[in-house]
Amino acid sequence: MKLIVSLLIGMLFGVGLVVSGMSNPANVLNFLDLAAITGGQWDARLMFVLGGAVIITSLGFPFLMRRKQPLFAQKFSWPTTASIDKRLIIGASLFGVGWGLAGYCPGPAFASIGAGAIDMLYFIPAMIVGMWLATKVR
Amino acid sequence: MYLSHLSSLLPDSSPFLAATIGGILIGLSAVLLMGLLGRIAGVSGIAAGLMSPQGSNNRGWRMAFILGLVIAGFLFKPLASTTPLPLTLPPLLLVAGLFVGFGSVLGSGCTSGHGVCGLGRRSMRSLTATLVFMSAAFATVFLLRHV
Repeated sequence: MKLIVSLLIGMLFGVGLVVSGMSNPANVLNFLDLAAITGGQWDARLMFVLGGAVIITSLGFPFLMRRKQPLFAQKFSWPTTASIDKRLIIGASLFGVGWGLAGYCPGPAFASIGAGAIDMLYFIPAMIVGMWLATKVR
Repeated sequence: MYLSHLSSLLPDSSPFLAATIGGILIGLSAVLLMGLLGRIAGVSGIAAGLMSPQGSNNRGWRMAFILGLVIAGFLFKPLASTTPLPLTLPPLLLVAGLFVGFGSVLGSGCTSGHGVCGLGRRSMRSLTATLVFMSAAFATVFLLRHV
């Protein structure tokens, strides 16, 4: 049951990425290219995607926070770390550089496997190695 | 086959509508994952949890979620915008993947965990991470395209 639920929720996430255009790295890179604003070529869509998503989570999460238990699990695993430390800043900086290099973050990368993007032959194994290395450092 | 007709529901003239609708679906997915399974929809965290030694009994939902992303990419490909992919050379893709994987796990989150979920929780830590990775990505693209 949990597996089917998780699979369907993952698919919903993936559909959102595809529909919004964010599974295509060209659209992501055209958003990250701020210099294009002056030429009128800037692609603002990522802002609408993040905005639309955050509106929903900022309505839904406070509602869930008042509840005791999720429907199909023992407890809510809300993040507990609040500290803004060196690891957060260095990690986010490195992630941002990698995101800017090719226009892929982890969600769109996995969706791109299904879409048959050749890029993933290189990107996914490297990302897994990177994640594994970080779990060693952490 | 019938899926290719769905793309006509999202005309090119309304890319911002499609982007907003897509974002709403992503937000719904995050709320559902927390409401039903009690988990944060952060893709890097979900993937990295597969490598953690203590979590052998909660690998299933992680694999299923990632499989769902892959299946959605396959099934709904006809809905994707038709902009041709940029040519990112394999060596650059390797470096990009390494940085994305390492950085997202070291920083405890990516665009989904810190962006979509963290901002929805009004977490200062996630807001900081989001501003930092956005700035780093803006700078990287500027250097690649304009210097």
